[in-house]
Amino acid sequence: MATVIIPTPLRKFTSNASKITISGNTVEEVIQNLNAAYPDLRKHIQDNSGTIRPFINIFVGEDDIRTLDSHHTVVNDNSHISIIPAIAGGNAL
Amino acid sequence: MFSKEELLRYNRHIIMPDFGIAAQEKLKKARVLVIGAGGLGSPLLLYLAAAGVGHIGIVDGDVVEDSNLHRQVLFGVDELGMAKVEAAKKRLLSLNPYIEVVVHETQFTSANAMDIASDYDVIADGTDNFPTRYLVNDVCVLLDKPNVYASIYQFEGHVSVFNYVNERGERGPNYRDLYPNPPEAGTVPNCAEAGVLGVLPGIIGSLQALEVIKVLTHVGEPLSGRFYTFDALSFESRTFKLKRDPANPLNGDNPSLSELIDYDQFCGIKKAAEGTKEVTAEEFQDWQENGTEMQIIDVREPSEFELVNIGGTLIPLSEILENSDKIDRQKKVVFICKSGVRSVRAIEVLEENRGFDNLYNLKGGLINLILEADLDLPTY
Repeated sequence: MATVIIPTPLRKFTSNASKITISGNTVEEVIQNLNAAYPDLRKHIQDNSGTIRPFINIFVGEDDIRTLDSHHTVVNDNSHISIIPAIAGGNAL
Repeated sequence: MFSKEELLRYNRHIIMPDFGIAAQEKLKKARVLVIGAGGLGSPLLLYLAAAGVGHIGIVDGDVVEDSNLHRQVLFGVDELGMAKVEAAKKRLLSLNPYIEVVVHETQFTSANAMDIASDYDVIADGTDNFPTRYLVNDVCVLLDKPNVYASIYQFEGHVSVFNYVNERGERGPNYRDLYPNPPEAGTVPNCAEAGVLGVLPGIIGSLQALEVIKVLTHVGEPLSGRFYTFDALSFESRTFKLKRDPANPLNGDNPSLSELIDYDQFCGIKKAAEGTKEVTAEEFQDWQENGTEMQIIDVREPSEFELVNIGGTLIPLSEILENSDKIDRQKKVVFICKSGVRSVRAIEVLEENRGFDNLYNLKGGLINLILEADLDLPTY
């Protein structure tokens, strides 16, 4: 079970959980299982075709998955997967 | 280079073996532009001025408001209503009379950005919206200047140093390598909810000041090619590795951007709500006064609604489609949010997916209405 770190802006879709352990052998499987557990989270991470949104970065350990094997990046029980959305400041429009 | 008074002032810097008089001289010669004199800009400017950065430029077009003071420690009640840049200059020069402060009382825009920024060595981005983030990034890449970046949201802070060229001549990544595209306006929580814990910009803006000083003095390892995140709730911080993206339109393998663009359009913010019917604050008041049949839908978050509302039906933007059956199809329906951006997005979503044709956007949002109509309601 890999550990997924949920950033504060997305915690309202994970019942305020900041760390979630979830099964899956690749980043893609982990994200699928995460979305299954927290359906409201999905649209904030992926578009309708399942592509990770361009203002969301996913890191395994310290590394951006775009520099690894993208969504096929293999993870294990010790992996920490961080979801990092772009944030711009405190003002609402 | 230094007067006796300055040597005394900077003594605790100068006596550090790894810093010394050489680094202090670099600070004195340096020209730093701080964009945004707000939550991040407050500690950033105070520490840069205190440290002896010789030439500090400040860009900000806002005035000091009471709701700023829970986090913008640069200002006090005496400065309410004053231009932020002027209030900041006064405070910084009272802290350190041995420096020069130049103010640019304006928003940073595609029209003025190159002119303003060209005069500085390092740019520090303390802005609060996506269009300006991309603008600052592109200006720095086009003018070949390091961009010391910090950003905050509620309980979370990010810091990095972008477009930094190290002593081996290697250029580090920039904001577009990290985030190639912005979120669509009003579609993610970033835009839909206001708020930040007041002390957080104090922490993150201080880290930003640290990185500006390191970039200027070449002391230590700047946070280039790395991205720092701080979660105030769990007190956990993480540092990630960043790499340049060959697809970066500014300086990737096939650059396609060689000048500044319209960043509002890039971030999906439509200027005059093109294609969306709108009602001005004045017209809206007329409708209210002459008893025009209408429904008011407020698409802000519940916390904002609780703070101030004009009695509309609350349906947050993120829940608009699920609740479209609550929206009238016959009478005029006026959509409102804080500034008129989320409400346009709500109308677009409903017109595209549910075929509405009776929806009007309140131009300028609730804040503009309160100011224009001089309503006795708080702004935020």
